[in-house]
Amino acid sequence: MKSFRLSLKIALVHLLSKKKQTMVAMLGVTFGISMFIVMISFMTGVNDYLMDLALDGSPHIHLYNPVKTKRAPLSSAVYDTNSTWINVHHQKPKADQNKIRSGFQILNEIRKLPYVTNAAPQLSSQVFFNNGSLQFGGVMMGVDIERENLMYKLYEKIESGSVEKMRSNREGILLGENLAQKLNVDVGDRVSLTASNGNVFMLKVVGTFAFGMTSVDETRCYVSLNTAQKILGKPSDYITDINIRIRDYNLSGEIAKEIQSLFGYTADDWQKTNASILAGEIIRNTLTYVVSAAMLIVAGFGIYNIMNMSVVNKMRDIAILKATGFEAGDIISIFLLQSVIIGLSGAILGMLIGGLLSYGIDQIPFPARELIKLDTFPVNYNPMHYGLGIIFGFITTLFAGYFPSKKASKIDPVAIIRG
Amino acid sequence: MQAVQAHKITKYFHEPSTFEVLSQIEFTVNKGEFVSLIGKSGCGKSTLLYVLSTMDTDYQGSLSLNGSLVTGLNQDALSRFRNEHLGFVFQFHFLLPEFSALENVMLPALKLGKYSKEEVEQNAIEKLRQVGMDEYARKSAGKLSGGQQQRVAIARALINNPAIIMGDEPTGNLDKANTYIVLDILKRLSEENNQTIITVTHDPDFASQTHRTIEMEDGKIIRQ
Repeated sequence: MKSFRLSLKIALVHLLSKKKQTMVAMLGVTFGISMFIVMISFMTGVNDYLMDLALDGSPHIHLYNPVKTKRAPLSSAVYDTNSTWINVHHQKPKADQNKIRSGFQILNEIRKLPYVTNAAPQLSSQVFFNNGSLQFGGVMMGVDIERENLMYKLYEKIESGSVEKMRSNREGILLGENLAQKLNVDVGDRVSLTASNGNVFMLKVVGTFAFGMTSVDETRCYVSLNTAQKILGKPSDYITDINIRIRDYNLSGEIAKEIQSLFGYTADDWQKTNASILAGEIIRNTLTYVVSAAMLIVAGFGIYNIMNMSVVNKMRDIAILKATGFEAGDIISIFLLQSVIIGLSGAILGMLIGGLLSYGIDQIPFPARELIKLDTFPVNYNPMHYGLGIIFGFITTLFAGYFPSKKASKIDPVAIIRG
Repeated sequence: MQAVQAHKITKYFHEPSTFEVLSQIEFTVNKGEFVSLIGKSGCGKSTLLYVLSTMDTDYQGSLSLNGSLVTGLNQDALSRFRNEHLGFVFQFHFLLPEFSALENVMLPALKLGKYSKEEVEQNAIEKLRQVGMDEYARKSAGKLSGGQQQRVAIARALINNPAIIMGDEPTGNLDKANTYIVLDILKRLSEENNQTIITVTHDPDFASQTHRTIEMEDGKIIRQ
């Protein structure tokens, strides 16, 4: 310990005796670490934002009945297919293909599963909105509005009007913000809607919502489940989808498989529906680490060079220290400490600058308001990234300083002193 | 007790061609003796001194310093031995230029770690006083004159009260006046402190002031 303190003292004197060189070496690390902090804060900010968007916009597990246009012909139930040729051309799907049979019973069963926190019924259908002589395509979702809120935090996404009126007004409809603009309607106005079976209904706009994704806000509308069934002329047990929320969304893959095998309908997990977002995340993470590693390696080479020069300049000092009784280990710690002090102070400064820069990015307005709704660039302030920055700076300089220090410890004092 | 006991020390240089630089050196130095090693350039006197200093371990034969066998010890053990029992004064002063005179003197004692920092500082000032450099204690070593640096280097050699002090032409780079000061200090050390002193020199005046002169030629001792 005493000998460590002595090495530290000598290291500090060496560093302070050539301040400019020390600063240059330090700034290399500072630059590397600050870029790492900025990049990782921004990239994970984007990742988190898109993840939230994905999780808010889609259920953890989506249970539905996919349209099967190819099915066994009816006549195969009557004739033995081994001895009889049955040939049916151009089969048409059945009218109630999308229906989940005994949907409400399945819903109750699913709610009883231990890892499920919420399950909501849904009846979705293509509709047309009429604005004068123009028609816009859209998706109508018949939902249990309370359940839907638990599922997607729908209340938080209301832009105008209120959900309260949905409950009191059976003819109430919630429109996506962009859809309402296209139809030129406000809360309280009436909107005309044509169902796929040709029925035309007048509904009263009780509110507008914005998910932040144009693809949703431009096409989607919510009505109560009963209203949707009435519009489509279906009985009150007719639902097409069950949306499920589970405790740990990372397990959605396995649970989806289990639910699929339990009930026989197709169950997709959110990872499957948002595959592009997850792929983007992997690419962004890889990019961040590759670029940061490259910058730190460059900084490391800078330190390696400076330490090597320092060892050459200090040959006489090393010789005299060894002659007066300093061991090889002491010499290593003197030079390694210089390198690590450069690394740590550079990393701390880098974290400060990185933090400030990412705060700056956080203030920049996000330009593409049309695509997704975002006020400023998303930035994540995760203390772990700052810790990682320190560790990276420390390890890089430890490696960069080790070889010159080893070289210093191997110097033969006799060769130097005798000249 | 004998301070130095060298038995059949033989050393070869391999560059540029193999050449016997020390041949079967056999001698002893008593405690408190002030010995000078003389001889012509290339006779092997400096080489012998660096073997005695334990810094050069590439030799055959055996060497005991201050009663303990040092031949065969590993580098770290030798470092500790040097730190505690040996002091060095070189021709070129070899102080650490970024440190003050006082810090230069203190470093070997801080490395030894036997005494607290305050005690070491007291000691160092005392040693600087012995060589007449106490008023320059706080000055940066790089700013002292050659003679002053050499006196600080002697103070540094003394700090751990070593049994043996070795010098490689300690006055080789000094003028007459400073040579006299350094010689005087070394003489006092051997007579008053009973410390053993071995110096290499080619200054016959200097050698004549020491207790004993060992003369070398072609890697052999020819007179002692």
